[in-house]
Amino acid sequence: MTQLQEVTVDELKHLVSERAVEGETMLLNMGPQHPATHGVLRLLLELDGEIVINCIPDIGYLHTGIEKNMEAKTYQKAEVMTDRLDYMNTVGNNLAYCMAVEKLVDLDVPVRAQGIRVILTELQRIASHLVWIGTHALDLAAMSMFMYAFREREIILDILELVSGQRMMTTYFRPGGVWRDVPVEFEDAVRNFIKIFPKRIDEYEALLTKNPLLLDRLLGIGVLTKETALSYSVTGPILRASGVDWDLRKARPYMGYEQYDFIVPVRTEGDNYARYLVRVQEMRESLKIVEQALDKLPMGPVRSDNRKFVPPPRSEIGVSMEALIHHFKLWTEGFDAPKASIYSAVEGPRGELGVFLEGDGGPKPYRVHMRTPSFDNLGVLPVISKGHLVADLIAIIGSIDFVLGDIDR
Amino acid sequence: MENTLRSIVQTLQEKFEVNKVEEFRGEVHVFIAPAQIVDALTHLRDNESFELMSAMTAVDYWPEGEDPRFNVICQLTSVSRDLSLQIRVPVAGASPSVPTVSGVYGSANWREREIFDMFGITFEGHPDLRRILMPFDWEGHPLRKDYPLGYEEPQFSFNFEEISLQKPGPKE
Repeated sequence: MTQLQEVTVDELKHLVSERAVEGETMLLNMGPQHPATHGVLRLLLELDGEIVINCIPDIGYLHTGIEKNMEAKTYQKAEVMTDRLDYMNTVGNNLAYCMAVEKLVDLDVPVRAQGIRVILTELQRIASHLVWIGTHALDLAAMSMFMYAFREREIILDILELVSGQRMMTTYFRPGGVWRDVPVEFEDAVRNFIKIFPKRIDEYEALLTKNPLLLDRLLGIGVLTKETALSYSVTGPILRASGVDWDLRKARPYMGYEQYDFIVPVRTEGDNYARYLVRVQEMRESLKIVEQALDKLPMGPVRSDNRKFVPPPRSEIGVSMEALIHHFKLWTEGFDAPKASIYSAVEGPRGELGVFLEGDGGPKPYRVHMRTPSFDNLGVLPVISKGHLVADLIAIIGSIDFVLGDIDR
Repeated sequence: MENTLRSIVQTLQEKFEVNKVEEFRGEVHVFIAPAQIVDALTHLRDNESFELMSAMTAVDYWPEGEDPRFNVICQLTSVSRDLSLQIRVPVAGASPSVPTVSGVYGSANWREREIFDMFGITFEGHPDLRRILMPFDWEGHPLRKDYPLGYEEPQFSFNFEEISLQKPGPKE
């Protein structure tokens, strides 16, 4: 057993105001097991009556050392860990990591694989926003919304299971393409979803968007200005709700996003309601991208034929000596990456999901850093929750939409 | 290197002590001395409109490098001009320390706490330099290269007894 260390008041005094030390305000511990913190997050609140004076997030309860573990694995094997970061956006994490590896070793991705990647990441974005709208509404006492949102999310998880065999931890994208081609049922499954989903979003909006109970909790609460958002590196829907038109899919298109026609919703109010509207609109736009990508999806290979990085198909192994050697080398040693570093970022449902990857010339990454959007987005919570009621803090937490696995890594 | 980026790097070279400029796959890394990092980032934010610090992290080059052993990395993004620039700060291995940039970018507050937690690099003048991810009484800095990755030996029938003895159990 480790010995318990004693913490003196002086060490932590700078976190709260003078009034807390004198006992005028109250210190309240919220979490780590609190239903509204969406995971294992502890907030230390300094309260004056019901007004939040200071909010001090305490994170790290889910820290699993993913970055350290990835250093001990080859580039292909380390990808499995990226699924576990943001468990609402597993496919997007794979995409960010695969793109980083592809950039580091300069590997091409066939057009069909790019199309499949776009369809699945956009479906995953919708699924992530569905979880957000369900839990956010649940926090604000709209109980049934949770059931509806999870009903639709189930369809998306079924599609993921169809293509990869797994509902959540798919690891379906691989450096140089995807694991294997999608099955024939894939197109019908996605078309079916495209057909039913717009009506379902209308239903959600009918329930929530003009609901006076919800408006009371969202309008004008948790205002985040443009300058604060940029200074705190807030990205994603939260940044766009504060009036900054910055979406990596538009600004720095990857995976062929430049050929799809979609709008980046931007609001200028910066409050909870603006964030709500931006996310709901994003679901509609994502659906547009899915439909276009499915229409344009060409036939062809789904994996790069660069045999130094991508294993050969099973059919070749039986007839080609070279293929067998490549297969053996790739699955025992892995491939070597240059001694250099790159930073590659994609637009996840929560914001800029970046991967800093440094190679040392060998088959294992020397350093991997996942720049996860939730980490920075949570960092702004102390700033925007000041002066609000504790009940509004719940609404602000919901509208930031963070995932603790993403923060703690 | 793009022309806009080249002129930014040239201005940096004129104003500050730039040790090295690297380019790889279109990304530009500028190495700046630790003492000038705050001024350099303020200059980049105010005059070159790098409003967003996308990422901040560090790399440990132990055992090859002792001085500098670490690189602190700031990945800057300009939203209005659509540019990216990486600033690297070489840090010595013996009592590593860098001036804090949390006054320039708000997000650096937590990012620096993470680097302190994981690498043991202290940031002078940081308002709240505590561990952020590891428990507050943790010893060592996990992402350093001299910090071993711990393993737990799987328990099979041939070594069942041996491992059972080492497992923590109720004390008498």
